[in-house]
Amino acid sequence: MPYDPALVEPMRNELTGLGVQELLTSGEVDEFMSQQDGTSFLIVNSVCGCAAGQARPSVGLALESAVKPTRVATVFAGQDLEATAKARGYFAEFPPSSPSMVLFKDGEIVHFVPRHRIESRDAASIAEELKQAFEKFCAPVTN
Amino acid sequence: MGTFHHDKGELHGITVAVDTNGPEVYVGRCDTADDQHIVLLDVDVHAEGNDGRSKQEYLKRAAQFGAWKKHDRIVLPMDQVASVRRLGDFEV
Repeated sequence: MPYDPALVEPMRNELTGLGVQELLTSGEVDEFMSQQDGTSFLIVNSVCGCAAGQARPSVGLALESAVKPTRVATVFAGQDLEATAKARGYFAEFPPSSPSMVLFKDGEIVHFVPRHRIESRDAASIAEELKQAFEKFCAPVTN
Repeated sequence: MGTFHHDKGELHGITVAVDTNGPEVYVGRCDTADDQHIVLLDVDVHAEGNDGRSKQEYLKRAAQFGAWKKHDRIVLPMDQVASVRRLGDFEV
């Protein structure tokens, strides 16, 4: 059963405040995933304090990097059920977990961070893993 | 920010690998653990040699990618448990 939307809103805002695009419908997920040039970073958000409480700030830290994905979006597990199910279909070879994060390059999965590799880590440590993945697979941002 | 349940112990909400004294190893999210039982949610179980994989090979793969849920909830008596480790602590 989804949580009270008022409880969840600050958790959504933590990512959307970083400029992360929120995908609320399966159509929005498909549209996001249809953009296959460059890199796409998709975050499965969650209310879980054990992991998501560190995952969200880690995204903020990682996106401070000069090298980052072409586009970044999020779905909210347990809240936006249709969009989350649709998103998981794009990385269906991995067991579902939330929070989790996946980086695509030219439509192919190149890095996946499941929930159990977020738990017990602080935001800086998770961000460091993300930055390394960004540096390996993403092109530097040019203004 | 998130939901926390500090009254349920330090492993509450953490994905753990529970090895047993028998052939089975379990991977699931710990709900509660005490001297008597450990309660796991969204649990996968692997028996030594199934699918041609040892417990160690299964755990290595689970640590890399996660585990597919086979059971909503499993209660294991602690006298059957050989070890409890955070899945995130395994080398990938």
